[in-house]
Amino acid sequence: MPGITREEVAHLARLARLELKGEELDHFATQLDDIIGAVARVSEVADQDVPPTSHPLPLTNVMRPDTVRPSLTPEAALSGAPAQEQQRFKVPQILGEE
Amino acid sequence: MTVTELVSYEDALASYDPVMGLEVHVELGTKTKMFCGCSTELGADPNSQTCPTCLGMPGALPVVNAVGVESAIKIGLALNCEIAEWCRFARKNYFYPDMPKNFQTSQYDEPIAFNGYLDVQLEDGEVFRVEIERAHMEEDTGKSTHVGGATGRIHGASHSLLDYNRAGIPLIEIVTKPIEGAGERAPEVAKAYVAELRELIKALGVSEARMEMGQMRCDVNLSLRPNGTEKFGTRSETKNVNSLRSVERAVRYEVMRHAAVLSSGGTIVQETRHFHEEDGSTTAGRIKEEAEDYRYFPEPDLVPVAPSREWVEELRGTLPELPRVRRNRLREEWGISEHDMQSILNAGAVDLIVATVEAGADSAAARKWWMGELARRANEGGTELAAMPITPAQVARVAALVADGSLNDKLARQVIEGVLAGEGDPDAVVEKRGLKVVSDEGALGAAVDEAIAANAAIADKIRGGKVAAAGALVGAVMKTTRGQADAARVRELILQKLGVEG
Repeated sequence: MPGITREEVAHLARLARLELKGEELDHFATQLDDIIGAVARVSEVADQDVPPTSHPLPLTNVMRPDTVRPSLTPEAALSGAPAQEQQRFKVPQILGEE
Repeated sequence: MTVTELVSYEDALASYDPVMGLEVHVELGTKTKMFCGCSTELGADPNSQTCPTCLGMPGALPVVNAVGVESAIKIGLALNCEIAEWCRFARKNYFYPDMPKNFQTSQYDEPIAFNGYLDVQLEDGEVFRVEIERAHMEEDTGKSTHVGGATGRIHGASHSLLDYNRAGIPLIEIVTKPIEGAGERAPEVAKAYVAELRELIKALGVSEARMEMGQMRCDVNLSLRPNGTEKFGTRSETKNVNSLRSVERAVRYEVMRHAAVLSSGGTIVQETRHFHEEDGSTTAGRIKEEAEDYRYFPEPDLVPVAPSREWVEELRGTLPELPRVRRNRLREEWGISEHDMQSILNAGAVDLIVATVEAGADSAAARKWWMGELARRANEGGTELAAMPITPAQVARVAALVADGSLNDKLARQVIEGVLAGEGDPDAVVEKRGLKVVSDEGALGAAVDEAIAANAAIADKIRGGKVAAAGALVGAVMKTTRGQADAARVRELILQKLGVEG
């Protein structure tokens, strides 16, 4: 019996740092429940002999040699950062939200 | 913060049985990161070893490091694990600025290696088998610097600064199955396990596994159950216990803390805890998130790893002799006790002694110099034995000069001092400092005659049969020859001249 509850949507929203209002929770819970229900139908047709697919291409063992390639300069690496200090990415206070 | 009540270790063990789980992260010694070609060289400028892939830029695609996979397989094989025929990477999702991607690329239910064991030897020689649950591939996180709080701690910090040079460096996480049956020896077993694992990793050549450099880090899970029961208690997870001594202390502390909570009718909260080096205590960290909160799912950007059996067998063929087996072999070859071998291991002298023996010294002499004079000097200077500026070949040469009578122990110590001071090879130091033993029998004989004449009373005692008194005369001769005589030969000459049997 697939499905998703309003509480589970609220929990996922918190994990994803999404702030959802009460009516949004109802809205998404209904939508997600429909989507999960639709996807669940796949498992009705796929029997035990059909392994779940995580990659559409029949490839394995794509590896690269352990050879150093040039990195970005620190300036380039930091160029998109909203804030920086001492050549490091500056982020807001980490603890304090819990 | 409340002061944690403890019960004594003995009282804790009288009522409870500890169960441990150890998670060890090993940073591999690859040249590049796990999923991109950025260098892993230590000590680089902040954020000078990053690229769109390890910074998690949209559209950047990871490609796995072949040496990373190979190292993981070697570790798995050395831990007697099965190697997966097919396995995937997974995304472990969490929001924390140490990973710019907002997920860590790891492995979830398909680790590359699983179901193994490592036999560890305790100090008294008892062998304890630690079962291995899994070893999986993942990547390290960036380095945070917390600003504005007291002493760089995250608590009270106003903001944090991130250097992502370390983000993406290959890690292998090795997880034990619950370790049961260690009883009161749990702290010792934990320490011995991490020590053995470190030796193994070093022997495999996949990492230097230097704990003080963060190349190997340990998390200690511990729970207690009442003696005689089966069901595990609630566990705590003490993070980042980063020295062998700390592993032992953390287990011991948590045993005493859990016992205090449980015996007073309380319950253990499943949480992470921080270990404090200063006093060996732990304090509460965050409440552990449930595993599903990480919303693991197969990494769509990386294709599965399916090591062929040929490759696995080829790697099995390259495995070195296991450190424990090697140590036992050397211990027997050298004819020493478990305790002496342990001291040699703790001093980091095993390989140095082996190399010195290979350079021609006998093992007793090699052990004597490395564990005596050199260990003492290393200790005084606060350096590691291996970092001393003297080679095993040079130590072997000193031992050879002692063996052929050219040097006595006292002179040999001066030669070693000279080598360490950069005066050249042992022979050069002997030459420059004029350190040859006086072997000119004429000169020696004169010195002996002189000593006998100057100490007539002692000489009479010796003539009268008090052979032990000869030591005083030997001392006198050594003094006049400034220590450069062969003491045994001097003693012979004294007894001979006084007409006494030695």
